[in-house]
Amino acid sequence: MSVTVANLSVAYRSHRGDVTAVDGVSLTIADGEIMGLAGESGCGKSTLGNALIYLDPRMKVTEGKVALDGRDLPIADSKAMRPLRMTEVSLVPQYALNALTPTRKIRRLVTDLLKSHGVQDRDEVLTEMKRRIALIGLTDDVLGKYSFELSGGMRQRVTILMSTLLNPSLLIADEVTSALDVSTQRAVGEMLLEFRDRGYVKSVIAITHDLSILAQIADSIAIMYAGRLAEKASTETIVNKALHPYTQALIASLPEVGVRHDQTTLTGIPGRPPSLVNPPAGCRFRDRCPFAVAKCAETPPFEEISPGHQVACWKVTKEASK
Amino acid sequence: MSELSVHEVSKLYRGTARGGGFTLALRKVSFELKQGEVISLIGESGSGKTTLGKVILRLERPTSGAVTFGGKDIATYSQRGLREYYRFVQGVFQDPFSSYNPIYRADRVFDLVRDVYFAHVSGKDWNDKIDAALHAVALNPGDVLGKYPHQLSGGQQQRLLIARALLLDVRVLVADEIISMLDASTRVDVLNLLVSLKRAGLAILFITHDLSLGNYVSDRTIILRHGAIVEMGATPEVFGNPQHDYTKMLLSAVPELQKKWHHTALGPVAMPVSPGAEPVVRRDLRALLGGTRAVSSGKSAVALTLEPPVLHEFEPGHLVADAE
Repeated sequence: MSVTVANLSVAYRSHRGDVTAVDGVSLTIADGEIMGLAGESGCGKSTLGNALIYLDPRMKVTEGKVALDGRDLPIADSKAMRPLRMTEVSLVPQYALNALTPTRKIRRLVTDLLKSHGVQDRDEVLTEMKRRIALIGLTDDVLGKYSFELSGGMRQRVTILMSTLLNPSLLIADEVTSALDVSTQRAVGEMLLEFRDRGYVKSVIAITHDLSILAQIADSIAIMYAGRLAEKASTETIVNKALHPYTQALIASLPEVGVRHDQTTLTGIPGRPPSLVNPPAGCRFRDRCPFAVAKCAETPPFEEISPGHQVACWKVTKEASK
Repeated sequence: MSELSVHEVSKLYRGTARGGGFTLALRKVSFELKQGEVISLIGESGSGKTTLGKVILRLERPTSGAVTFGGKDIATYSQRGLREYYRFVQGVFQDPFSSYNPIYRADRVFDLVRDVYFAHVSGKDWNDKIDAALHAVALNPGDVLGKYPHQLSGGQQQRLLIARALLLDVRVLVADEIISMLDASTRVDVLNLLVSLKRAGLAILFITHDLSLGNYVSDRTIILRHGAIVEMGATPEVFGNPQHDYTKMLLSAVPELQKKWHHTALGPVAMPVSPGAEPVVRRDLRALLGGTRAVSSGKSAVALTLEPPVLHEFEPGHLVADAE
């Protein structure tokens, strides 16, 4: 098991008290697995991703543990995490433009990065970088450019290149395809696949709100709702045999190519996720769920109902135990 | 009846200091938007689709060509005429939050409309009008009135802006990427809202880079590339039977739930002989898609001319451009 997250809770400090954005999340990611993490905005997916690499001062881990390749990942201890960033865990941040300083050329950014991570043989790493630049179809001149001279897709690919340069075990890719148009989305998506196949990264957490991208690149998908995991299973299972009502509603709300308004009317999910300041007890999807029953006032356990398929829903748990 | 007609509109932007020169944002784009029609304008970033929306809203002046509304060139409007124009033609943009002033309540957007257009309407009539507009966009007045922008969800914000446009006698709506920032669950509601407005006779220019969304709502589709129309026609025909290579490439890249991309491993890439030397193998991931290279690898990649590729009629109403 490459990555093991056990009962992790992360809270934001606020003047109205702690806001638990990630609430008791447990999951495992195997070597070579690309796990998609999806959910609506504000569900905690980015918080979960960020917590695995960098806790900003507003965040604190209230519970739980993370292990990477069998060793504990000291996520609450920023100092201890420092040598592990880039080398063991790496992040592709949400906005590639903001990730690249506009006042330095890309080459300088890369050497600064290597210096600050104590890499001795920088020439060799730079050569490797050039090789990878060639691999994804860019040319060496990007190294001599400023970030604002690159297009959105190039920037995104350069950011991924830099994040994966030291072959981290775990790559957290936060909304890497969201701001791109379809052809560039595909190029970036395939780049992640290629890097995984080549072992540049061992495991990937791909965070996005776009399930159709995950259907292309992810091996498994975890669905998050209001800070908790709702369902996790292989991509095929999530797409075709999702059990949690929230997952089903998310899938149903996606327009597919070929679907038109005069033939099929798509339906959204009515309502909004609950506020995380004082979340209601029990299942958090209850208010929007068409199948809600009295039992839903209790928190459903996140249980494995078939190998590799975990769901947190009373309806499913009951049916499975029959 | 044609509401709005765009006639050979071109737009040149002066280049930035480093590159110099000009950027051709639009190259002689012509089309007509009819009453009760939704046209989706699809293109990658840099294809000029937002510029076209801005030209229609007269936020940018075209370098050449004209936009006519009701037979009149919009460039000739005086300030007063422009005000009347905006009574009929309105825009909604990508980031709803940035359309509000965060220090005022969100419904101030309604008051601004009232100050300019409905100064003589009584308070009660005005409130009825707001209620009707909110009802049309399926918002509950109690949920949104008196709230600050940050208290509203993205979908609510976006629908409030559409309601603002509906307060006027809007006949043409330019919707520029209005759902790309919304979650899948709320996105559909806004899409369905557009469909019901269209049925009520509103003409909508739906600007997007998401092909499946464009397909869902629109009657006609225009594919824009490097500022020129490469394919245009009834949506089922353009999507069902795309003729231009670029359209085919875009369609092949759309992520679908049931169909996986065919990923071909790139194979070995030779090491450069010495540090700094040119890599031997150079392959573009995009080239693997079998299509033509897209625009984003730099404007210099494709030599552009102002003259757009010639459009041919492939079948009635379905126009396809020559290869460039």
